[in-house]
Amino acid sequence: MPLLLEIVTPERLAFSDTVDAVVVPGIEGELGILPHHTPLLSTLGLGELRIRRDVSEESFAIVGGFVQVRPDKVVVMAETADMSSEIDLERAQEARREAERALETGYHEGADLASARAALQQALLRIRVAERRHREGPRHR
Amino acid sequence: MPSPREIRRRITSARNIKQITRAMQFVAASKLRRAQESTLSARPYAEKIEEVLADLATVLGGDEHPLLARREGGLRLIVLITTDRGLAGPFNTNMIRFAAREISESSGELTVITIGRKGRDAMRRAGVPLEAHFNGFGDRPTFADVIPLARLVTDDYLTGKVDRVDIMFTQFVSTLTQRPTLETLLPVEPSGDTEGIPGNQFIFEPGAAAVLEQLLPRYVATRLFQAVLETKASEESSRMVAMKNATENADELIEDLTLSYNKVRQANITREMIEISSGAQAR
Repeated sequence: MPLLLEIVTPERLAFSDTVDAVVVPGIEGELGILPHHTPLLSTLGLGELRIRRDVSEESFAIVGGFVQVRPDKVVVMAETADMSSEIDLERAQEARREAERALETGYHEGADLASARAALQQALLRIRVAERRHREGPRHR
Repeated sequence: MPSPREIRRRITSARNIKQITRAMQFVAASKLRRAQESTLSARPYAEKIEEVLADLATVLGGDEHPLLARREGGLRLIVLITTDRGLAGPFNTNMIRFAAREISESSGELTVITIGRKGRDAMRRAGVPLEAHFNGFGDRPTFADVIPLARLVTDDYLTGKVDRVDIMFTQFVSTLTQRPTLETLLPVEPSGDTEGIPGNQFIFEPGAAAVLEQLLPRYVATRLFQAVLETKASEESSRMVAMKNATENADELIEDLTLSYNKVRQANITREMIEISSGAQAR
């Protein structure tokens, strides 16, 4: 039985297709989902979402949100979802440097340190997801 | 009878105005297309969040979270969504008239948060107490834009400063119809569970109450975001129609003026001919 995966963010439908399996960054650790999974609703942390279908693997950088799992359908509701191939590595690195600077100086465009920390984490995640892709290329089995 | 030169001048200025209104019509049309796309692509997330909330509501009682708790009376907060710019036909006027009627009919105390300059100016003139004001969110509102607003509204509700929150926005029905709408935002009212598996068959991680805690603020932000997007699409379609009418009116005016210009010109020629021929006869 195919598993339908949808990734939605407040601004768009980021992904909608059938997949063989998906690994999501659940709040209590990574969560691998195959077809016929028991109904589940979990909050998501910040991390990498990996999709496996046929011979290829794709990944998204996910920040926060929820996953709703039904036996034939998985819906990921994330704050942001960036496909690894769409991540602009230079911009992510720029964001990282900026966040690090903000943490050092204790100043972040008027906002608090918590948001600088969140920005840093997000930048690091994007870099990780994008670099893995660059290193390995689209993976084939 | 105006002089031919006077009429020519008026034709030229009508032409210039027509050029501007036509340009604005096309700009509005393309912005409308974009706003409609944004509204459509934001819909799946909103629907999903609503569905999850309904699932949670079947498992949890009504008073599991302060944002669900209903409070009687007290201070009512209205979030009035308008835009910054005019020249959009009756769009902002309709919204403001709708809001003014609701406010004057409302018994009890209320306060207003305005989005968009037009709404703020009108509320100030009417002497309605303003809690806060946000400028319009530009041509392309993003989810991040509404987060400060969502936070302010939920904080006010959670601290008990206000006891009910309503949103007023213009619903985009079609290019020709936009409807001023009033919806209750807080307390949150989960809709009935409509699709698929009943909520009580789900496993909640880390727990239903914890998921709800995460979900509610996002739900509030999503509702506000939707209202902002609908208003944006309504604004552009209203502007597009208004500018189309203005262009057509300019066309009509130019036609009328050209006709009377030709009449005046004809009359002048005829008069000169008579003068010449009567001058010739007199000799």
